[in-house]
Amino acid sequence: MNIRSRGDKLFDIVNYTCLTLFALACLFPFFYVAAFSVTPYNEYLANPLKLIPNKLEFSAYTQIFKMDQLWTGYRNTIIITVLGVCINIFLMIITAYPLSKRDLKGRSFALVLITFTMFFNGGLIPNFYLIKSLDMYNTLWSLVLPNALGAYNLLLMKNFIGNIPPSLEESASIDGANELRILFRIIVPLSKPAIATFVIFHAVTQWNTFFNAIIYTSKRDLWPLMLIVRDMVVDSGGVAKDVMDAGTSGVTEFTIKMAIIIFSTLPIILVYPFMQKYFMKGILVGSIKG
Amino acid sequence: MFATSMKKSFRYLNKKKYLYLLLMPGIIYFLVFNYVPMYGVIIAFKDFNFAKGIWNSAWIGFENFRYMFGLSDFYTVFWNSLYLSFLKLAIGFPFPILLALFLNEMRNRTYQKITQTIIYLPHFISWVVIGGILVNFLSPSWGVLNLFLKQLGIEPIFFLADNDYFRPLVVLSSVWKDSGWESIIYLAAIVSINSELYEAAGIDGASRLQRLWYVTIPSIKSTIIILLILRLGHIMNNGFEQIFVLQNPMNLGVSEVFETYAYRVGILGGRFSFGATVGLFTSVIGLIFLLASNRIAKFMKEDGIW
Repeated sequence: MNIRSRGDKLFDIVNYTCLTLFALACLFPFFYVAAFSVTPYNEYLANPLKLIPNKLEFSAYTQIFKMDQLWTGYRNTIIITVLGVCINIFLMIITAYPLSKRDLKGRSFALVLITFTMFFNGGLIPNFYLIKSLDMYNTLWSLVLPNALGAYNLLLMKNFIGNIPPSLEESASIDGANELRILFRIIVPLSKPAIATFVIFHAVTQWNTFFNAIIYTSKRDLWPLMLIVRDMVVDSGGVAKDVMDAGTSGVTEFTIKMAIIIFSTLPIILVYPFMQKYFMKGILVGSIKG
Repeated sequence: MFATSMKKSFRYLNKKKYLYLLLMPGIIYFLVFNYVPMYGVIIAFKDFNFAKGIWNSAWIGFENFRYMFGLSDFYTVFWNSLYLSFLKLAIGFPFPILLALFLNEMRNRTYQKITQTIIYLPHFISWVVIGGILVNFLSPSWGVLNLFLKQLGIEPIFFLADNDYFRPLVVLSSVWKDSGWESIIYLAAIVSINSELYEAAGIDGASRLQRLWYVTIPSIKSTIIILLILRLGHIMNNGFEQIFVLQNPMNLGVSEVFETYAYRVGILGGRFSFGATVGLFTSVIGLIFLLASNRIAKFMKEDGIW
């Protein structure tokens, strides 16, 4: 009895310590980036591991607010996020509902057609050619439509709707409501938690758009935020350096880069506390068993 | 006879017209954005020319493949892709399972929730941002790590230009970014285990580690296998964004993988047929891995993905 509880205690200590360390490791890089973005550079050089600077300096932010490209990137990203989420959610709902009807003829064929896209795709060049042929190259549509509907999330949504008790629908159909009315009056309100989850997922995906943008856009004024961030923060020859060379302030390239990272990630960090409550909601549980 | 069956199906269609109407845009979407590019893989077998289009470009059979298999670059890229994938698989696949197992053992639910919330966060941050942080934190001139090393009297190391550091960095950063999130699905599977199994094990005097080993792990085995099969289907994908942002001319020897290679030759180099060939090759290998692993799972009397 005693031996077991001692083993238990040891297990707890090791378990809590390891997980806490991992959680801290997940947070610390972001804390540091935030700290570095407001630390005077010479203070940083003197003591790089210090998390709280003696003197706060916000000149990196005033500097980046003057960068037009960053604002254009922001605008483009907001457009593709809002538009992308609306189209994605609408398409997903109207497609998932008929697919959830077990007796619908042609359903299994449609499901095979959709599922297969999870395991095989044409690849980069054929997709590029498609976008060119549709005249979507160098338009914001190319950052919205190619991933407007994904098989995996669609199937999750289908499972979710399929789990809604049929009795709720039947009473409405006895009253003579057609499927369109049933979908928007009954199914959609009942699917709110699932819809909220997918809104979050797709909004994050769209906010982080990078791959499609690097392939489907070549004009800088169409670049979404992440392409601008790569140019300024990852590439050393990026714009941050140009600003430095113009040299009006004493802010260094490093501090500017840190500020850009915070500025471009801020929306996600800000909404994150509100979205986390949806993560564990039934939706993912139903998926793996289905 | 024919007429009556026509009539019958017409009546069926009419009865279900709204459902089919709703289904139509989605199906068209998949046909256009997924199946048209699948048809487009025939670019790999043609001497593709943009002006002529797919149809009018000349067939050249397996010429592109013969060319690809003759390139020494191809074998480097192949090796890099597989090496990195298997390294990621070996470390990145079990880690989320362990996380889920240990998260589940946290008895303080509030503490557990806070931990979960924190470890899911990096998943939502773009690779571009994570790459930006890494590149700058590891920079030999102003990176935190090198400044710290300098204070200890160690010469700065240009981590991202050093071939020895590239793969560990990629594996570590992807474990750091995604394993928290990937643990969700296992945690969901663990939560749905019948609690009577634990009670029975408790009566039998099983310790916590024994319960983990004899109850929890066997109960989530099918989840683990399904995710492993899906992962093997993506064995040729290393994640374009991550590799691309950490890539530079100095580490290209180990960092060039199929996805970045196809981009470089196909999009940047404008060699569409060859780019499509590389893409088709990786898709087919991925599909083979998926089918083979599913077959093996079935053979071992496990649930496959279908």
